Amino acid sequence: MAVTSSNDTFVEFERVQKSYDGETLVVKDLNLEIPKGEFLTMLGPSGSGKTTCLMMLAGFETATHGEIKLDGRPINNIPPHKRGIGMVFQNYALFPHMTVAENLAFPLEVRKMSKSEREAKVKRALDMVQMGDFGGRRPAQLSGGQQQRIALARALVFEPELVLMDEPLGALDKQLREHMQFEITRLAHELGITTVYVTHDQTEALTMSDRVAVFNDGRIQQIDPPDTLYESPKNSFVAQFIGENNTLEGVVKEISGDHALVQLDGGELIDCKPVNVNEVGQRTKVSIRPERVEVNKDRLQDGAHLLKAEVREFIYMGDVFRTRISVAGNDDFIIKSRNAPDQIRLKPGEQIEIGWLPQDCRALDA
Amino acid sequence: MSDTEAQAGPVLAADGTPLKRSLARALRMQKLRALALIAPLLIFVLITFIAPITDMLLRSVKNEIVVDVLPETVAQLQSWDVDSTAPPSEAVFSAFYIDMVLAEEQKLHTRLGTRLNYEKTGLSSLFRKTGRRVGRFDTDVYTDQIVALDPAWKEPATWAAMMADKADRGALPLTARTWDRWADYLNSEGKDPAKTKVEDFLFTALYLDLAAGNAKSVADPRIAAAAAAAPGFETVDIRSQFAKADKDWLDPAVWQTIKIFSSRFTNGYFLNAVDLQKGPDGIEPRPESQQIYLMLFKRTLFMSLVITGSCILLGYPVAWILANLPSRTANLLMILVLLPFWTSLLVRTSAWKVMLQQQGVINDVLVWLGIVDDAHRLVMINNQFGTIVAMTHILLPFMILPLYSVMQTIPPSYLRAAKSLGATNWTAFWRVYFPQSVPGIGAGSILVFILAIGYYITPEIVGGTTGTFISNRIAYHISSSLNWGLGAALGSILLGVVLLLYWIYDKIVGIDNVKLG
Ligand SMILES: Nc1ncnc2c1ncn2[C@@H]1O[C@H](COP(=O)(O)OP(=O)(O)OP(=O)(O)O)[C@@H](O)[C@H]1O
Ligand SMILES: [Mg+2]
Repeated sequence: MAVTSSNDTFVEFERVQKSYDGETLVVKDLNLEIPKGEFLTMLGPSGSGKTTCLMMLAGFETATHGEIKLDGRPINNIPPHKRGIGMVFQNYALFPHMTVAENLAFPLEVRKMSKSEREAKVKRALDMVQMGDFGGRRPAQLSGGQQQRIALARALVFEPELVLMDEPLGALDKQLREHMQFEITRLAHELGITTVYVTHDQTEALTMSDRVAVFNDGRIQQIDPPDTLYESPKNSFVAQFIGENNTLEGVVKEISGDHALVQLDGGELIDCKPVNVNEVGQRTKVSIRPERVEVNKDRLQDGAHLLKAEVREFIYMGDVFRTRISVAGNDDFIIKSRNAPDQIRLKPGEQIEIGWLPQDCRALDA
Repeated sequence: MSDTEAQAGPVLAADGTPLKRSLARALRMQKLRALALIAPLLIFVLITFIAPITDMLLRSVKNEIVVDVLPETVAQLQSWDVDSTAPPSEAVFSAFYIDMVLAEEQKLHTRLGTRLNYEKTGLSSLFRKTGRRVGRFDTDVYTDQIVALDPAWKEPATWAAMMADKADRGALPLTARTWDRWADYLNSEGKDPAKTKVEDFLFTALYLDLAAGNAKSVADPRIAAAAAAAPGFETVDIRSQFAKADKDWLDPAVWQTIKIFSSRFTNGYFLNAVDLQKGPDGIEPRPESQQIYLMLFKRTLFMSLVITGSCILLGYPVAWILANLPSRTANLLMILVLLPFWTSLLVRTSAWKVMLQQQGVINDVLVWLGIVDDAHRLVMINNQFGTIVAMTHILLPFMILPLYSVMQTIPPSYLRAAKSLGATNWTAFWRVYFPQSVPGIGAGSILVFILAIGYYITPEIVGGTTGTFISNRIAYHISSSLNWGLGAALGSILLGVVLLLYWIYDKIVGIDNVKLG
């Protein structure tokens, strides 16, 4: 899916910029191609311009500059109601004065569908989200999760090819959220709909998406499938934002192919994989995932650089152990280890040595 | 858990008292405090609002003046047939004579005349004229004949002593009643009945008692002597005395009016308020020339509806814009909406006079533009149009405010959702936004309509004759014609109409569908 060739591109942002006040750019030079049938998630901190992008696509905001194309046609001048894009709002926006069935029939009614056809489609859509018995209720008589499903059904009932969802699961509790994540991806893939999904929550983004676009400061920082994003973040923002991450700061000492030697600010030397550093003397932030840190020297290759550390805290979390250690001046360095029978349980105050495989340690921009 | 469920009887609190009782005790303090907080307002409202309104409403059915001023007449009229084409008997006139003299002494006859004039024109002047004459009726004939029997009759002290005696009172009931009314009046004036000259009407009352043969067996020799002599007295025809004062007293219609309105309570005011009247054959429509109230009620309702409608039409877009602007701009514009509240009502209404009159600003501009011919300037004031324009302007904020506060609570995402589902701007508005703003329309309409239906200053100033409301008529009866009963009846009907409309509104729209914010 990640590979996009221009002939099956369905949605395209071309050098899109957006400013609300004429002074600051909320979206800066956005380029994005979404192929048909893809589930793309926009992930980013609050205020990074995700909703703005969605609203431009839906037609409720106009791009200040650049072009948005849908199925090859520029849509800048098409009014929202003619774009045929399904949308799920953060607060669901179910019409409170209509019953669930009337809500679902609304898009069909404005499309002048016959009554029998409408009823059949509404019934099918309700069954699709397992809410068949709730047609006669008002939105206010439904729980949050049920409302969410109705909002989803309403966005899908008129069979749009593109569905936009703006943090639809924001208001749900963890279990319901996980259930709904599954439901949404299942439906999207079953119906073959192109989906643009906005969320704050990185786990949601990783578990649901074909590709994730990480937004910051009005730009896409990285757009990749979840595994690539997690394992090979392209810059320190993405590394920090996605998953848990340890950072150490230092200067590049040696660099050759996909191996670099970095001297940390405390003087220690470590092996890394250079990602966006390319010359000796450059400052860098090295990023290591907590689960890739190794305390057992035997598992490391010979001659690997080791760092001395002191255990600060040991947290038992059931399936994993979480150990906070102090290393190279960083007091918040985390190690995660699986709760296996042979796993060592470290005690606070213990002196240890840690290390990692060079390819797990990425030297990123400072 | 299962323990408490299995336990029989009421649930107990920790100290063993039933939970219900200890909860009630805990809440009592709270209720008392709440009551204490509202008490000042409650007392204020009771004294200054509820009590006067109740009194006012009672006035619409109260009718004590006739029976209070003419008690003897009303009693005698019992035996007179209302449908009769002949005037009542001499007995009625005699009673009426006594009532009238007493009323005249107390200056009550003019008030009674005014009251009866509401029901039959001409009665006011009839009573006033007769009041002037009634003291000079020839009833001194009785006085002279009785005094001739015994000069002691002339002494007020004789009368006072006689009227203190139980047996004498029993023998002379009419005299006793008349004396009591007379004595009450004198006492209230600070005079002593035992020292005030005995008037002719008392002798007349005494003669009537004696002639009726009530005093045959009385012990008092003076009364017995008079009783024995009475059948031989020269008599006076009181009926012709009245006829001489004004021949209208022989008109049975006058007596019909008195008899019909002699009960303590009457529906006469209410009938009058809906252009009906009580005739000898029951309820009948008033003469065509006097029918105005139904027309006024209809006009008031119609114009209030038109005003409410124009307020919705003009206020809805304004509220919409206010609700969709950034709050800073909205607050600024809100001040403009509220600006009319800061100007006196009279000033605003008079301003409309300046604007709309035939030599006014609008006509001048139209003439200047050549749209209207100078000879045919538009008549826009002192008619319904002027009232509707001015009142729409004055009541508009009452529509905008609730609309605005309801619209503010409608998130813009509903409109966006509707559009994303394929609705055009209009469909999205009409199917999604408008239904949610209906509570605001409801609240605004109720406010405007109820204010409009009772408005009177503006119609008074700009309404002319075709643009006045029922409330102008009420104000007229309260402050000019002083027919408070009719004013109260009109007011009660207005109140009833408003409550009825409120009830209908509740049935159709539902009163919980009204939101002020
Ligand atoms: N209607 C608007 N007028 C002016 N500025 C706006 C408007 N909407 C958004 N902004 C600004 O644009 C920036 C991006 O907003 P946007 O809503 O796209 O963020 P977001 O990524 O969706 O954030 P969140 O995750 O909190 O929803 C923010 O700084 C916001 O203040
Ligand atoms: Mg957002």
